[in-house]
Amino acid sequence: MENKLYVSPSPHIHGGDSISKNMYGVLIALVPAFLVSLYFFGLGALIVTVASVFFCVLFEYLIQKFLMKKEPTIYDGSAILTGVLLAFNLPSNLPVWIIAIGALAAIGIGKMSFGGLGNNIFNPALTGRIFLLISFPAQMTTWPVVGQLTSYADATTGATVLSLMNEGALDKMPTLSDMLVGNMGGSLGEVSALALLLGMFYMLWKKIITWHVPVSIFVTVFVFTGIMHLVNPVQYASPFVHLLSGGLMLGAIFMATDYVTSPMSKSGMIVYGVGIGILTTVIRLFGSYPEGMSFAIFIMNGVTPLINSYMKPKHFGGK
Amino acid sequence: MILIAVISLGAIGAIGAVFLYAASKKFEVYEDPRIAQVQEVLPGANCGGCGYPGCGGFAAACVKADTLDGLLCPVGGAPVMGKVATILGKEAAGAEPMVAVVRCNGTCAARPHTNRYDGVRSCAIASALYGGETGCSFGCLGHGDCVAACNFDAIRINLETGLPEVDEDKCTSCGACVKACPKNIIELRKKGPKSRRIFVSCINKDKGGVAKKACANACIGCGKCAKECPFEAITVENNVAYIDYTKCRMCRKCVAVCPTGAIHELNFPPRKETAPAVNVDKVKPATAPKSVTLKSEAQPEAPQVETKEETNQK
Amino acid sequence: MLRTFRIGGIHPPENKLSAGKKITALAAPKQVIIPLSQHIGAPAQAVVKKGDPVKVGTLVAKAGGFVSANIHSSVSGKVNKIDHALDSSGYKRPAIYIDVEGDEWEETIDRSDALVKDCTLSSKEIVDKIAAAGIVGLGGATFPTQVKLMPPPGSKAEIIIINAVECEPYLTSDHSLMMEKGEQILVGVTLLMKAVNVNKAVIGIENNKPDAIAHLTKLAAAYPGIEIMPLKVQYPQGGEKQLIDAVIRRQVKSGALPISAGAVVQNVGTAYAVYEAVQKNKPLFERVVTVTGKAVANPSNFLVRMGTPINMLIEAAGGIPENTGKIIGGGPMMGKALVSAEVPVTKGSSGVLLLTKEESVRKPMQDCIRCAKCVNVCPMGLNPAFLMKFTVYKDWEKAEAGYIQDCIECGSCSYTCPANRPLLDQIRLGKGKVMGIIRARKS
Repeated sequence: MENKLYVSPSPHIHGGDSISKNMYGVLIALVPAFLVSLYFFGLGALIVTVASVFFCVLFEYLIQKFLMKKEPTIYDGSAILTGVLLAFNLPSNLPVWIIAIGALAAIGIGKMSFGGLGNNIFNPALTGRIFLLISFPAQMTTWPVVGQLTSYADATTGATVLSLMNEGALDKMPTLSDMLVGNMGGSLGEVSALALLLGMFYMLWKKIITWHVPVSIFVTVFVFTGIMHLVNPVQYASPFVHLLSGGLMLGAIFMATDYVTSPMSKSGMIVYGVGIGILTTVIRLFGSYPEGMSFAIFIMNGVTPLINSYMKPKHFGGK
Repeated sequence: MILIAVISLGAIGAIGAVFLYAASKKFEVYEDPRIAQVQEVLPGANCGGCGYPGCGGFAAACVKADTLDGLLCPVGGAPVMGKVATILGKEAAGAEPMVAVVRCNGTCAARPHTNRYDGVRSCAIASALYGGETGCSFGCLGHGDCVAACNFDAIRINLETGLPEVDEDKCTSCGACVKACPKNIIELRKKGPKSRRIFVSCINKDKGGVAKKACANACIGCGKCAKECPFEAITVENNVAYIDYTKCRMCRKCVAVCPTGAIHELNFPPRKETAPAVNVDKVKPATAPKSVTLKSEAQPEAPQVETKEETNQK
Repeated sequence: MLRTFRIGGIHPPENKLSAGKKITALAAPKQVIIPLSQHIGAPAQAVVKKGDPVKVGTLVAKAGGFVSANIHSSVSGKVNKIDHALDSSGYKRPAIYIDVEGDEWEETIDRSDALVKDCTLSSKEIVDKIAAAGIVGLGGATFPTQVKLMPPPGSKAEIIIINAVECEPYLTSDHSLMMEKGEQILVGVTLLMKAVNVNKAVIGIENNKPDAIAHLTKLAAAYPGIEIMPLKVQYPQGGEKQLIDAVIRRQVKSGALPISAGAVVQNVGTAYAVYEAVQKNKPLFERVVTVTGKAVANPSNFLVRMGTPINMLIEAAGGIPENTGKIIGGGPMMGKALVSAEVPVTKGSSGVLLLTKEESVRKPMQDCIRCAKCVNVCPMGLNPAFLMKFTVYKDWEKAEAGYIQDCIECGSCSYTCPANRPLLDQIRLGKGKVMGIIRARKS
């Protein structure tokens, strides 16, 4: 036969899912949060996001091309996603050179030093953020006040919910509805809980993520902070404030659910989510940092391999 | 103050020393002193080429083993193994040195492909699925499981022929490739005087016509070699000839009569009279240009991808 | 809420192109090639020799062991030779070549269309007749049916489950059989119930065949004990363990037989073959085969004699399309890619699927991103990504601890993987190794 047949083991059809489809799916889910940040932070949000994406993709390309000597895979969308997530974790008045350092830490240290997508232990965007947080604590913890649409580096800064909380100034808090919409200070992508939740529902609908990680984080934080609030309402803010403030929503929905660094089994995901919830709350309530979400996720990323080897999926016919 | 510090620290040190001494006596593990002696003569490169964790591990294996068969330090080679043998009072590796022999000569040119395999580049997986990309279901699949199994880089796929080639200087006759080959193509045979040996490079059990149709170089089981052999070293069973290397006396008569060139001779000087064309690749000395290695150490998972690109060129 | 199995599962595009097509009987070819191993277990042993005359239904090879099956001639004529032939396994294996002359059937076979409902045979006699007729599981697993009908001592069957889900995309042979031979199937199910002494049977049909569900539900009213259960469309519902879970909500333990859950599962095609064997004395020598594919001119369901070369079927369906890249014996999820179109139809051939070149080629594999989609779809609750890794690193202990031996090779993991990883290729290899280790340990 001139026309040679292909032979391969079954299955002979593929569902058509791909890594890039998932990555672009997450990016679509991030669109509402991005629009809200543009609305509240204007030019600054745009500059920070574009710079972050540009540097992440650039470093990914350069490292793959010249250091790893393989075909760059910048089109799979993972570097873009890292860039957007990193930007969402930064204040909207951060200088571009700091963003470039953060992108190098995220892609170079967080991802490529482990062998690229799929082999990293820690979430790359988080690695970048934590690197910057420790290296540039001043710039990273002063957030501009919302509504300065045309200002960038010169924006006036103000307190955030969590810093107020840490100072014990519970009476100066924004209202819950403002927090839900995102009308408060903070990193550019984390302010609007509503937009982030919209993204979560999109990802659940598209089956990009399952509910286990975000829901277990929400429940744990809510229960833990709720108990503390009941014990001492003056010192500890209400659980709703905790859920809506800081990077909790962004972290729980977009950072903790990162495929590579989260457990694979359902039970493992719940253990992981509960762990993040507890660590976040502990750092927020008792630690010196106002926000603990990124550290909590980072620590649980490190525990993920262990969870994976002990929390096996529910086995057919098993207990 | 200084005195107190010195005394207390000295006391702690002394107590620790006593404790450590007691512990080392109490928990001492007896180690054969010969292991240290053997390790002495080894190169000490800890390269792991022998298949053991470092020279110490190899030395322990040498002392423990009954014979030194299959144990070889690829760096030191025969001289070092001779020294090891003297220390241990054992026979140096194999009175009869063996070497792996690939019993398939179905080159890409001789064995036309009938289909295209599109699965994982692994002989084990492909052979579990079907007979292979060619009409011969006995022949080499060329995905290089033997290459991956070899710890000594002694077997490589020749990209031109699509077949593995054994580097006989590197081969330690450990048999890893023999076990790895799902088609049982690789055999350990006597290395032979001056590394000369003759073997049937085919195991196709199909009837002559069928075998010939699938592969121009196949043994068709015609039995001419068996008739020609003055030493009764050749048997034909299931349509395929086999040369018993314990009986073969290297007269090369069988090579001359084989109509398909399935019988190979290695490392013989060229004949005076015109001999039938033998597969030239096979007669090349071991120093033939190195083919591209299929083995990747950095990413154990990767060979499938890499080999795919390389072997596709055949 | 329709039932389905409770762990994992996928829903590939159904592509039932040949649904609703009537079953067409194909004439016998000039020569048939009847392989001696058309079933799981020991190959049958030929009882004819070169030159022997045979009729349609003549025993040509008898079972070669306890787990084995008789093989009958599908044509009348002369035995040409007994030789090796390439079959759907991809290897050359012994087969009987028969040159066709005329179409003369064994006299014992009742060739009338009349429905024979009554059966006075004992359960033992029914099982013996099934064994004599060489019936095997016609869903594709080809496990000898009589073995399944003889539960090992200490276990008791409570229910017969008939697998009519046909969860593989493209295939419609069972569907068409149900539409045309509904009564016969129900009689066959009654016979199976009698054979294992149970008074309850459930026919599980996926909800994408509403006409078959309605048709059989109407007919089943006259057959006590038989229930038709519509099931939610979900692959691999046709897996024995999955079907038991879907129908009676019991999960067969790892390593255990379905009978431990009290269930005997038989394919709907097998039920029809049982009817023909017991009531009509007709051994298994023909079956319904779907010939389909997006580029096939005329996707059809054919009634085909065993041993007919597959290219005859393709010709009858409109010929082999120009850009055919792959010919699959069976469905796209679990079928086997064939090396050539000359391999014969055997008892396990449920379909012939032709894929175009574009559909045939796999995409390049990327690194695992641990998205856990394979974990979510695995119907056995395994972690395919890890099992593949264990196999690549030859870590058989961890693979066994991860229940690699429970893999049913449904292919859901490879189908789903966004990184196009050949999960099942590797897992199948590892499963074989681990099963070998387990067997060696037991003995």
